[in-house]
Amino acid sequence: MKTKPIIWGSLALGLLAGQAAAEGQLNIYNWGNYIAPDLVTKFEAEHDVKVTVTEYDSSDTALAKIQAGGHGFDIWIGSSAYVPIYVQEGLLAESLPNQMENFAHLAPKWVDVEFDPGRSYTIPWLWGTVGITVNTDMYKGEINTAALLFDTPDELKGKVNVVPEMRDVMGLAIYYLGGTDLCTDDKELLVKVRDLLVKAKENWISMDYSTLEQMVNGDYAATMDWNGPAMRARLQNPAIHYGYAATGYPTWMDNAAILADAQNAENARLFMNFMMDPENAAILSNFTRYANGVAGSEPFMDPEMLDAPEIKVPAEFAENTYFARTCSPEIEKIYSRIWTDVKK
Amino acid sequence: MATRPKPPAVDGARAALLTPALLIVTLGALAPVLVIALYSILTPGDYGGVSWTVSFQNWLNVIAERDFLTDEMTLAAAHLEIFWRSVKLAFLTTLLTFIFGFPAAYFIATRPPHRRDLWLMLIMLPFWTNLLIRIFAVMQLIRNDGIINNLLLSIGAIEAPIQMLYTEFAVLVGMTYLYLPLMVLPIYASMERFDFSLAEAGYDLYAPRLRVLQQVILPAIKPGIIAGSILVFIPSLGDYVVARVLGGGKQLMLGNLIGMQFGELRNWPLGAALSLTLLAIVAVAMVIYVRTAGAEEEPHG
Amino acid sequence: MADRKRFDVRALPGLSFMAGSCFVLLYLPILLVVIYSFNAGNTVSIWEGFSWRWYQAAWNNAAVQEATLRSLMVASIASVLATAAAVLAALATTRSRGFRGRGIVLGLINQPLMVPEIVTAVGLLIVFSMIKVATGYQGIGYVILAHASFCTPFAFMSIRARLQGMDLSLENAGADLYGTPVRIFRHVTLPQLWPGILSGWMLAFVISLDNVVITEFVKSAGQDTLPTYMLGQLRRKITPEINAISTVLLLISIALVITAYLAGRKRA
Repeated sequence: MKTKPIIWGSLALGLLAGQAAAEGQLNIYNWGNYIAPDLVTKFEAEHDVKVTVTEYDSSDTALAKIQAGGHGFDIWIGSSAYVPIYVQEGLLAESLPNQMENFAHLAPKWVDVEFDPGRSYTIPWLWGTVGITVNTDMYKGEINTAALLFDTPDELKGKVNVVPEMRDVMGLAIYYLGGTDLCTDDKELLVKVRDLLVKAKENWISMDYSTLEQMVNGDYAATMDWNGPAMRARLQNPAIHYGYAATGYPTWMDNAAILADAQNAENARLFMNFMMDPENAAILSNFTRYANGVAGSEPFMDPEMLDAPEIKVPAEFAENTYFARTCSPEIEKIYSRIWTDVKK
Repeated sequence: MATRPKPPAVDGARAALLTPALLIVTLGALAPVLVIALYSILTPGDYGGVSWTVSFQNWLNVIAERDFLTDEMTLAAAHLEIFWRSVKLAFLTTLLTFIFGFPAAYFIATRPPHRRDLWLMLIMLPFWTNLLIRIFAVMQLIRNDGIINNLLLSIGAIEAPIQMLYTEFAVLVGMTYLYLPLMVLPIYASMERFDFSLAEAGYDLYAPRLRVLQQVILPAIKPGIIAGSILVFIPSLGDYVVARVLGGGKQLMLGNLIGMQFGELRNWPLGAALSLTLLAIVAVAMVIYVRTAGAEEEPHG
Repeated sequence: MADRKRFDVRALPGLSFMAGSCFVLLYLPILLVVIYSFNAGNTVSIWEGFSWRWYQAAWNNAAVQEATLRSLMVASIASVLATAAAVLAALATTRSRGFRGRGIVLGLINQPLMVPEIVTAVGLLIVFSMIKVATGYQGIGYVILAHASFCTPFAFMSIRARLQGMDLSLENAGADLYGTPVRIFRHVTLPQLWPGILSGWMLAFVISLDNVVITEFVKSAGQDTLPTYMLGQLRRKITPEINAISTVLLLISIALVITAYLAGRKRA
């Protein structure tokens, strides 16, 4: 019976860890490690509200949970490509952030956006691009091309990682083959995209989300990546540079919105307003290494962020981008089939 | 049957004894599977979920699909390849965990009784460390610049690092490591009470060691081996995390394929049909087990 | 051949070697986890010198601590529930005459094993969400119930294997002496069964501690466990902070094991 003390001990320990109730509450559903802890503390102090951040790992898992209901979240933070789906499915409250006090601080470019015209549901969280991070000690050639991924040069064969984000990879490949529309229904082109990707995969070492450590320690010589990790990698190893696919690369934005079944809607509104304050937006950017959508946040940002080539898109590539969005279900179905053939 | 000693009867209380387990399992495991079974004959919703129109298309799509350009019906080669890889790796994992786990269980069971719990704890201790952390640690071992490659390089066994990470081999190593205790514990549980004087008796009769092992020890602990094999085989077959991290996300297992259907591919009914197919594979494996192990099913006294 | 008699069945040739490599295999990665928890650098792959900084970071990180405690709580309660239910069910299926539906009962209890996690996860999301919306209760109970159900077959297998292999003569003797079933269980069956219960409970505990996929789908607001917390970090990066937490957990469990061992030895 000598294990009994262990059992009861751990049970008691467990019960002690039960949750304490607070008066004002706010539940945020966010990507992992995507909010500055300082920001949470600051908001809690200013408004006497206990903030709980719960994390997700995949946009579709998050969507499924919010659709199912009974989740307890007040604020969802997620991709612009999903905002129209959330609105169409009636999952967001029309919280009219465009009438909040701090709305005037938003950069004009991010006010009248395609996925939420005039911002009746969402506020900007962070935005960025998808590109190719290259260790220039290991590869000396041109880095501003998607050919590194799709027609991998010999020096990089077996050393390139591709982040398995279906819609970004498909988009990069479509534009690489001369397409002009992310959601193309040109089936001949899509067959070419499939053949390109299936063949290109032979030269990829992996299709993995985590890239920072592998880039820094040299396991990867290049990877498709978001600009945030690219900057973190460069700060740890100056030989690492971020390339933009000249044929066309995605720009994306994550947004915050109040859910239709939020139980703490009033606190959620306070938080939305709070996040449009330039100083707070800057705290978020400094932590995540992504740009925010609030004008006037620059004075509060780390100096190294202001002129970072990963964040400030070089003028020559500024026009070569397309905005990430969700395609029609019919097109997505074809994408799925191609993606299964690629990933198997 | 009449001569078999009658086990102490709990017949009267049987229903009461079974209730807690059945209640937990029905709510937490059977109900969700029934929902999934229902979903497998519905139509995919536009953005995940289902729409309530009955369709058997999903079941067809498990093994065949229409080419989106030519509209021809072809075998779903990607699915079949993933099925084959999953079954192969799950089988090999079971074999490897047995090769390492049996000696370990044997070793523990032959220690003096008061030390056995301690050894058992030693087997379990590493598993108090988070699963993802352990997988990352395995990653550090088999990286190109990792400990194993550096060791082999320094003793001159190899001239260039072997690419182990992001291969099927890596998935196999990872699963063997993860599921090893699932093999050791059941074998130990049935071996611990095995009377080793029987084996010694066999040996005294000049039976070779291997035959003692084969004819005396193995039959006695067969239920444990079978339980261990099932505990290892099934989670390996449905593995999700190891293939994602150590396989580099390009050696998909069935679990990953199913996960993708419920995730970014937004085809829940196909995911449901694939899941039930996986269940069918498991059921076949179980039938084989019941056939070969039927004799041990009755309590022996 | 004269020394054949001295053969010790406990030392099969090659056995110690294989058992030894089994332990090496188990502990090598863990050793790495412990070493890198003291890394001064930011990574778990490049050693940059000794430092306590990740222990400080973990000590100051409330989210990690909450998630760790929550994991321990869920694993403790779920594994005890599962083990208790499994003991009763194992008795019912081994210590009674064959009954109609026995195959179905066994199939039902083992069923969570046969279903890939992601399937149970999505199914549970749907089932539990309906209950959550209907009752308004969104507590940690759902996560515990889900864990208890997939832990049950693991405990059940171990305990049943033990019960099946047990010598019935003692129990029969007890019955002949007109012992009540409860007393027979308490004084005859349970002491023999204990190793099976112990291994079943430990299996259930670690299975619960490790679960990612089902928890990710079932959790409501503020219910991250250590694995789901880490899953959220996967896309960004894993810092040695988690190694530090793991090392602390490891030390606590080693302390528990040693205490239990010493306590057991005193009694023996």
